[in-house]
Amino acid sequence: MAMGQPASLPPLDVGRAPEGGEVGAIQSGWRLALREFSRNRLAVTGIAILVFFVIFCFLGPLFYHGDILNVNPIAANEPPGAGHPLGTDTNGFDVLGQLMKGGQAALEIGFFAAFVGITIGSLVGAVAGLIGGIVDATLMRVVDIFLSVPFLFVVLILAVRYGASVLSLSLVIGGFTWPVPARLVRGEVLTIRERDFVLAARTAGSGNWRLIFRHLLPNALGVVIVNVTFQVADAILAVAYVGFLGFGLHYPNTDWGDLLSNGVGYLTDGYWWLIYPVGTCIVLTVMALNFIGDALRDSMDVRLRRR
Amino acid sequence: MTAYLLRRIGTSIIVLIGISIFIFLLLHVIFPSPARIVLGLRASDAAVNAWNKANGFDRPWFAQYLSYVNALFHGNLGYSYVLNQSVLSLFQERVARSVYLSGMALLLAIIIAMPLGIFQAVKRNSLGDNVFTSAAFVLYSMPSYFLGLIFIQIFALSFPLLSFEASQSTSIWTVMGDWRAMLLPILTLTLIQVAFFSRYMRSSSIDVLAQDYIKVARAKGLPERLVLMRHMVRNASLPMVTLIGLSLPNLVAGNLVTEYLFNYQGLGLLFFDSLGKEDYPTLLAYTLITAFFVVLGNLVADIALTVADPRIRLA
Repeated sequence: MAMGQPASLPPLDVGRAPEGGEVGAIQSGWRLALREFSRNRLAVTGIAILVFFVIFCFLGPLFYHGDILNVNPIAANEPPGAGHPLGTDTNGFDVLGQLMKGGQAALEIGFFAAFVGITIGSLVGAVAGLIGGIVDATLMRVVDIFLSVPFLFVVLILAVRYGASVLSLSLVIGGFTWPVPARLVRGEVLTIRERDFVLAARTAGSGNWRLIFRHLLPNALGVVIVNVTFQVADAILAVAYVGFLGFGLHYPNTDWGDLLSNGVGYLTDGYWWLIYPVGTCIVLTVMALNFIGDALRDSMDVRLRRR
Repeated sequence: MTAYLLRRIGTSIIVLIGISIFIFLLLHVIFPSPARIVLGLRASDAAVNAWNKANGFDRPWFAQYLSYVNALFHGNLGYSYVLNQSVLSLFQERVARSVYLSGMALLLAIIIAMPLGIFQAVKRNSLGDNVFTSAAFVLYSMPSYFLGLIFIQIFALSFPLLSFEASQSTSIWTVMGDWRAMLLPILTLTLIQVAFFSRYMRSSSIDVLAQDYIKVARAKGLPERLVLMRHMVRNASLPMVTLIGLSLPNLVAGNLVTEYLFNYQGLGLLFFDSLGKEDYPTLLAYTLITAFFVVLGNLVADIALTVADPRIRLA
């Protein structure tokens, strides 16, 4: 399945009002957006799930000490029970402890990859939109090229050759997902740059970089923030795929896809605790991020506001 | 319109050239020469150098790129030194299987998702709509292999109705006949795509239903069925054109994860096997071909949209 949302498609969402809906009175944009967001039940659920996983993965290991480092064949493949709430895997590692460890990797890679992608994308998009002309055309062709490269394949090839780590996976995923925010930011900048305050800033002597950082990017922040959540979700899914295919993080580290692929060999033995808890973690985290992203997009979209 | 088409095709060609240079250079840096695979790991440096010189791997990368592209135009996709077989023949052995799996899944997904999306839009916020929307949300956030594993658990292990492994036959006719083995992989791919497609279909149908021409059609007394069939479906289906275009690379190159999960000997699994064997000529050709079909799919979708939608054509 193609990653991300193709730019040529209309925005999609579930509770969306039809086009040409009522336009409300103009209030302070951010506060209105926040109010709209906090009224959205799915969004609040999404935030709750995400916060839960952050606490679970990063604070959990402080309170719960499952052995995930010392191989213990005697305690291998034990079903959930006393001492091991979610059982043990084939090495005798505690599954609950591994879920926390794997979740750390998933969340770290997700957020860091999104950060890399958004940073590159925003800069490229802002420069292309502001300067225009040949620079814009060239940068947009580069964007087209990166969008067309099947990035999962490249990630796999690089992971095979150079091994995978949190840093390398984040950089590679970020390095291939920046075109989407680049297009979005460019689109925003194209309209913002025609506004009077940009002319005023220019007249006051602002250079291009100052314009980009002080005026264009802050005003394009809305689309960027919406995009971040989807980028994180996509990156977590991508890592889950890479890990499942066996090219993710390995002992002593692990990621959710890696854990799941270890469990698949025991599917016929009925060791369900090696598969379903971790699969559920992936689905819930990605779903939470999608909820948040959809709600953010709706709350930023003036057309869709109720009042 | 001709000018638009020419410009669109022109950009596609530029993008294709850029992609081929990018991918070729990337793999060239990672893996400059297959000499060690041919000569063995213990080959002396002198032997490696001589082999590189004899086979043109000592030339600058751009010269190698040009001869690679030249070979591509003559139908030569390179040579897999690991498998001692031309990459083209490797692909030919497997392409039909990938096209069958992805094609069936795409077809079923379209057949299911279009009516489903329209139904959800018409019965917006009803119980049925909410159920399907929630299901789509879950599927949308699910790695396809997890769905496949759940299917295997239910339909192959708990209730042994279907096979947990895809058909292993080399004959495409046997594969197509062996529905007990092919149903689960097809179903997995189909459902993931249905979740994706139906959300777009629902969204665009809702937009179309709010348009004035729908109100006019209703106001002039047209039965609701005809309003939907004649006026809504055609307009609401436009995003599907783009989505189908985006599916083109999967259709040809197969689906790596699903083929891996069900051990289906398609092109995706070939890519996976080549990863482990460090068979770079195969990886290079596969990645390039996929990228080619991404560009082609986008181009075809855009052209189809221009033909279908006068608003784009005349703008």
